[in-house]
Amino acid sequence: MGKLFAIVVVIIALVSAGFIVAHVWWLPTPISTIAPGIDGQFNETMWFTGALFLSSQFVLAFFVWTSREGKDRKSKYWPGGPWPLVGFAIVVVGMEILTLTFVGSKVWAAVYMTPPDPDSMQVDVAAEQFAFNFRYPGPDGKFGTIHPEKIRDGNGNFFGLDPENDVAARDDVIVGTLTVPVNKPVSLTLHSKDMIHSFYVPELRIQQDIVPGLNVPLHFTATKVGSYEIVCTQLCGLGHYSMRSFLQVLPQDQFDQWLKTQ
Amino acid sequence: MSTTSTPQVRVPNEIKPAGLHAGTTNLREEIRISAFPRTETTLPAETGVWVAVAAISMCFAALISALIVREGIAADWVHFGVPRIMYVNTFILLVSSISLEAARNSFSKAQEFERQNPAAGEKALDRARLWLLSTVALGALFVVGQVMAWRDLVAKGLFLASSPSSSFFYLLTAAHGLHLLGGIAGLGYAFWRIRRDPGSQETGVLSVAGVYWHFMDGLWAFLFIILVARM
Amino acid sequence: MSTPDPTIHQHAAPTGFIRKHVFSLDHKVIGRQYYDLALVAVFLGLLLSWLMRIHLGWMNAPIPLLGKLFPSGAPGNVMTPDLYLSLMTMHATIMVFFVLTTAPFAAFGNYVLPIQVGAEDMAFPHFNMMSFWVTFLAFLVLISSFFVGDGPPLAGWTSYAPLSSVGAVAGPGQGTGQTLWAVSIAIFCIGQLLGSLNFITTTLDLRTKGMSLARLPLSTWAWFVTSVIGLLAFAVLLPACVLLILDRTAGTSFFGPTGLVVNDTVLPYSGGSPLLWQHLFWFFGHPEVYIAILPGFGIISTVLPAFARKRLLGHQVMIGCMVSIGFLSYMVWGHHMFVSGMNPFSALMFSVPTLIITIPATIAVLMWLGTVYGARMRYTTASLFCLGFISVFITGGLSGFFLAQPSLDTYLHATYFVVAHFHFVMAIAAMFGIFAGTHFWFPKMYGRMMNETLGKWHFWLTFLGVYCVFMPMHYLGLAGNVRRYAAFTDNYLVPLIPLHKFITMAALFVGATQFIFFFNFFWSRFRGPKAPDNPWDATTLEWSTTSPPPFDNFGGRHLVVHHGPELYGVEGAANDYVMQVSPEQVDAR
Repeated sequence: MGKLFAIVVVIIALVSAGFIVAHVWWLPTPISTIAPGIDGQFNETMWFTGALFLSSQFVLAFFVWTSREGKDRKSKYWPGGPWPLVGFAIVVVGMEILTLTFVGSKVWAAVYMTPPDPDSMQVDVAAEQFAFNFRYPGPDGKFGTIHPEKIRDGNGNFFGLDPENDVAARDDVIVGTLTVPVNKPVSLTLHSKDMIHSFYVPELRIQQDIVPGLNVPLHFTATKVGSYEIVCTQLCGLGHYSMRSFLQVLPQDQFDQWLKTQ
Repeated sequence: MSTTSTPQVRVPNEIKPAGLHAGTTNLREEIRISAFPRTETTLPAETGVWVAVAAISMCFAALISALIVREGIAADWVHFGVPRIMYVNTFILLVSSISLEAARNSFSKAQEFERQNPAAGEKALDRARLWLLSTVALGALFVVGQVMAWRDLVAKGLFLASSPSSSFFYLLTAAHGLHLLGGIAGLGYAFWRIRRDPGSQETGVLSVAGVYWHFMDGLWAFLFIILVARM
Repeated sequence: MSTPDPTIHQHAAPTGFIRKHVFSLDHKVIGRQYYDLALVAVFLGLLLSWLMRIHLGWMNAPIPLLGKLFPSGAPGNVMTPDLYLSLMTMHATIMVFFVLTTAPFAAFGNYVLPIQVGAEDMAFPHFNMMSFWVTFLAFLVLISSFFVGDGPPLAGWTSYAPLSSVGAVAGPGQGTGQTLWAVSIAIFCIGQLLGSLNFITTTLDLRTKGMSLARLPLSTWAWFVTSVIGLLAFAVLLPACVLLILDRTAGTSFFGPTGLVVNDTVLPYSGGSPLLWQHLFWFFGHPEVYIAILPGFGIISTVLPAFARKRLLGHQVMIGCMVSIGFLSYMVWGHHMFVSGMNPFSALMFSVPTLIITIPATIAVLMWLGTVYGARMRYTTASLFCLGFISVFITGGLSGFFLAQPSLDTYLHATYFVVAHFHFVMAIAAMFGIFAGTHFWFPKMYGRMMNETLGKWHFWLTFLGVYCVFMPMHYLGLAGNVRRYAAFTDNYLVPLIPLHKFITMAALFVGATQFIFFFNFFWSRFRGPKAPDNPWDATTLEWSTTSPPPFDNFGGRHLVVHHGPELYGVEGAANDYVMQVSPEQVDAR
């Protein structure tokens, strides 16, 4: 029975690791400036945990394989007792933790703790049950004020703007897809009118919860032209699974063209 | 089912339910985790009451940290000032702790006298009971005073949902008041026990009720400071 | 020991059916009642998970009878998204609270702990009885949400505000059902607090002569540490639920911010913070998951030595691991909130203790591996589940390394990677702990032996099956598959549906396998062969009394403990083990 257990554990470990090594299901192509940092951290963690996973499952299997059923009274005890193993765990895991923390905190800070580029393109994002709406400031470079009581989904006033009385609101461009130029820093301001939602583009590698009552900043620079899905990751109601938009990354000239036609 | 009160475990002398020192010869085997001494006659409730104190403290800590966060995040905190009567209530509760200690003092005197001087013992016991009743009365007076404080707030038009400050005011005072009523019940039980039997177990019962009562007092003092500072 | 006086007891022997089997003060009856409650709950939770998985594999397929069970949630027997989310919420709530907090902690702890410390009963038998019936009431209140007009809640077991706090205006599943959820959990908290009170006081005060803290079995240590964690954690969840109920019913604005607009109407909340709910909830929520797993640590550390016939490697080290995990568990709650909108600097502050907590967990695994090393292993269902526990706990723990780092969590948060992680450590590892404990203590609890052949089949099929169900979820997470989705309609998710179908089939297979356990459990209770006092040649105090024990556990005897709990494979002893109460003098190294 023990030998069977050992074999099963080894097979499970190898098969599980195999799918990972073969990248059968894997992260999508990275398209942001921050992605190399995140992917690097990811790979480092995967190597470390992969090594621990395989070695510990193999050790378990080996110890079980070599355990002896029988009347022989003497058990073998781990030489040196527990404390060398304690030290080993503290040193090995501790060192890895330190490495991961130092490198990872820089990656984290680059996204969430540094201010956006001063000449980022500003986009205002309103999340609601169950859609994302995007707002560009228009030629005047200013966003109109949001009036929650004026929000009307029915006639497309997702941002509760008051163009009659608010000059800045008159030229705001409101669209359903986030269109951005490639290689240009983009600074989003995320807000929600009802529930907590979340903005997630797997290819960008970043996500951010959108909390009603807060204006949450998020910035990124997209590095590849293409169309990528934006999905909501924070449970927001029955339409949560269908709450989706697109991130359109265009070459600069095509983007300018697009913006002119809005 | 026996009709007498549930006795705690009583065993012949050489086999005792263990407290912290379980009779091992190798003291290094012991791990000391408690600061206060145990004897063979301690009730489990004397440990249990401190466990309850820890849990209740955590509960109020959660509410107070919610209060502090809530005050800081929005501008809708109405400062209405704590009703004057609450100063009186606080004083009453502090006095009740003193009367409780007087009761415990008299009770231990009663136990001392029990063998040598039964008459003095009886008198001490009577005094203990009287002080205990006063404590209960003061506690009840406190609760009445709290209700009057609520009515004060209602008269000012401040209800549970009127402002986050009033929400926390009602919530904290209600939670404390409910726990205090439990404390009054505990004191009542202690009173009933010492009527029947001024034995060593009753010291334990009185001690448990006392710890809980002083905790209610101390907790209220802390809450009161927060309310005065923040309301 | 002097002659016991049979008239001196903590409480008198029960008479009458009600006192013996229903409203019983006896911790053994209460422990069995908790276990039965957990069995009902796990069956219900499994059923809900099967419905969820079938829907995820075949989104538009009608499921027979579903429309009869849920007329508004499944018109034409096709599951609506709101029904999916409700089933998911109830599945998680039932499993986390009524299975994983109840079985390993309340059930086994109540049954075994007083016996292992040598006491007649828990310190406060009346509170103990209350704790079970309060928990049962909480279960009834939760289940009642299936029968209310708006249906069961759908905000997840995490119940984030404002979705959970605004009330019926948010849509189906957000009416009375959500309020009942909050009420049920608040009641549950009270039951757990009463239970923790008992566990802590009994462990400190009611140990028999010679049972020092150093001689306590590790299962008792685990229950003790768990009850301390639970005491402080549930004491925070209770006020949080009260605040949620007030926001829903009394018009307060603890969690509701200004300017919420639902269905084009501005809601009357003002100034509240949704993040405040998250902080309060996760301050409880993270210790809660350690409440779910630490009893498993204790059970494995007690059962494995009995079948390996050798001492656990690092008995004191294991105590240190459990205590430090318990302590650290209070510092890490923000790792559930890295991308929540809280101050990003706090993310780093939470990440450090989260990573540090992997160290005592790693040490614990090394201690178990070191115990298996060189062991004369007896392979029974109980010991197989212990070995399986080690394997799945390693797997589940390692995925935590990814999630502990904010820079990686920004990609993996709310994906199936998280679902894989917590199912491995909770649904698999903690369950394996429960199975190991069941097979080990069943003879003591019911006086009969479970069937080993059925048990081993159950183990093998479950062990293979759970890896097939939950390992692929890591891969889904790596691909960015978001969780809590009722259907996979996004372009990048459609190619992943075949993997979901595979997972569903594996899940149904594992589900079916559990019937082997249910059958074994119930059949053996009534028809199993009678159990001897000590079928496993184990050393702890529960094996020094009859199977099942008399109502006062030891028949009036007051045991004296002479040894620690793991004297297996001792040289110079009469047998290959020395029981804790044996007066035999051995050089116990």
